[in-house]
Amino acid sequence: MQIYLPIAEVSVNAFLLLGIGGIVGILSGMFGVGGGFLMTPLLFFIGIPPAVAVATGANQIVASSVSGLMAHLKRKTVDLKMGTVLLLGGLGGVAVGVLVFNFLKSLGQVDLFVTLCYVVFLGIIGGLMFVESLQAIRRARNPAHTPAPRRHNRNWVHALPFKMRFRASGLYISVIPPVLVGFFVGMLSAVMGVGGGFIMVPAMIYLLGMPTKVVIGTSLFQIIFVAGFSTLLHAQTNYTVDLPLALLLLIGGVVGAQYGTRIGVKLRAEQLRILLAILVLLVCFKLALDLLLTPAELFSIMPLGGR
Amino acid sequence: MVRALFALLVALAFGPTPSAAEEVVLGLSKDRVAITARFDGSDILIFGAVKRQAALQDDPLQVVVTIAGPSEPVVVRRKDRKLGIWVNAAAVEVDAAPSFYAVATSAPWADSLSEVEDLRHKVSIPRAIRSVGAPAEAGNSQDFTDALIRIRQANGLYQVAENAVDFREQTLFSTSVSMPSNLTEGSYVTRIFLTRGGNVVSEYETTIEVDKVGLERLLFTMSRQQPLAYGLMSIAIAVLAGWGASTAFRLMRQG
Repeated sequence: MQIYLPIAEVSVNAFLLLGIGGIVGILSGMFGVGGGFLMTPLLFFIGIPPAVAVATGANQIVASSVSGLMAHLKRKTVDLKMGTVLLLGGLGGVAVGVLVFNFLKSLGQVDLFVTLCYVVFLGIIGGLMFVESLQAIRRARNPAHTPAPRRHNRNWVHALPFKMRFRASGLYISVIPPVLVGFFVGMLSAVMGVGGGFIMVPAMIYLLGMPTKVVIGTSLFQIIFVAGFSTLLHAQTNYTVDLPLALLLLIGGVVGAQYGTRIGVKLRAEQLRILLAILVLLVCFKLALDLLLTPAELFSIMPLGGR
Repeated sequence: MVRALFALLVALAFGPTPSAAEEVVLGLSKDRVAITARFDGSDILIFGAVKRQAALQDDPLQVVVTIAGPSEPVVVRRKDRKLGIWVNAAAVEVDAAPSFYAVATSAPWADSLSEVEDLRHKVSIPRAIRSVGAPAEAGNSQDFTDALIRIRQANGLYQVAENAVDFREQTLFSTSVSMPSNLTEGSYVTRIFLTRGGNVVSEYETTIEVDKVGLERLLFTMSRQQPLAYGLMSIAIAVLAGWGASTAFRLMRQG
């Protein structure tokens, strides 16, 4: 069944969109990530204009994050105070990100920049995760080598001023690192159309030293607002949020997420992480190939002034 | 010879120019294309007849039909390899390129329209695109216009169909133009040319309106005119959907 998307101005198969939403939903349920890093490239691939894919992706992330946050609120695994601090940085980041996005669009380099962002970040995160989970699996095989777990590792982060107590995370740290992390992720959210969970989660664990159990809930909490703000700014400045597209994706997404969660429960944590790492690296590899190989069509057309 | 003379006399008698002797009477299968949520392209049948006040001439008449979507300025960019990756480098602005353009003829192109008439009436695709003042840095701006035509032809947005107009008894003609699903809104100017020996003897023009209707119209208008409300509505729907889904699944699991 073909459906005409009023903002993207293309006609696509509704079941294809439900399917994409579903697949991304399954993965996000399995791995606890928003899945924006998969969604946006997939939308590019089926011919949705990049600007619409980025803005609509942000809107879809709001839905999937709300769905995820509900579960975490019930389990009380959300650090609202930390979330708010991250959010303050995040909103600033989104505003800057949309400016950067529009500037690059006027230069005609937005596709390149978005793709480069994807290649760099997916490459780094995927690579790190792959190595880390391989080590975890190796450790699990011969438990003799298990290093003693380090908690509260003191580094430069703890030497900064403006300290604040975060009770739910059991932390007493400066607000500067969370604000910076939030800002950075907010910027990525606006430019790449992703929630930034795949960067936020490692940053919270390794940089801020937050306990793993509150990380995902807190990340989801702040992503809702950042992605929502990003949606609003894109709707306001670029008119690129396609509501029917977002709706179809999120219907597929929320159903997929429920099944994904069930699959996730059956797999071991290291296996899950290594699968996610492979997936991230595959997307990265595909995008990198597009940059490196000689394109079939060297020319591209853009309406002047953009949509 | 006698007949040609006669035709000339008749033409002189009936009108100031020979073109008035043969006119187009046009029908369209639809003069409005509604883009609904289920829109998946549209076929338009263009048919008509030649109204004559003179006898049939020896030299056969040909029909050229064009449909042009609204013109807009576009930027055509070319990728170049820089530091090992392919990036957009040179760009050429095309002042006005129709978003859709189809041209159909009743005979091979060369027999249908002369170069001079093409230039005057802007019938062929390269003529329908207006490009002046291409920057010197781009080098060969013709490459860019060619690329524009090539890409849009591949997408079905630009179509050339020689011999696609069915022309019977020098009187009745019909052709069908298929419009792809990625149409933009606006007035699509439809022109019919009657030509003889490559020269235009009569011209007829009408428009086909392409609009979004219903929900498509509502959302599109809202996104442009009330972007803040539209953005807030998008977020509200997303929040509701996320909340609804998690609640529904929890109830399902409990029940």
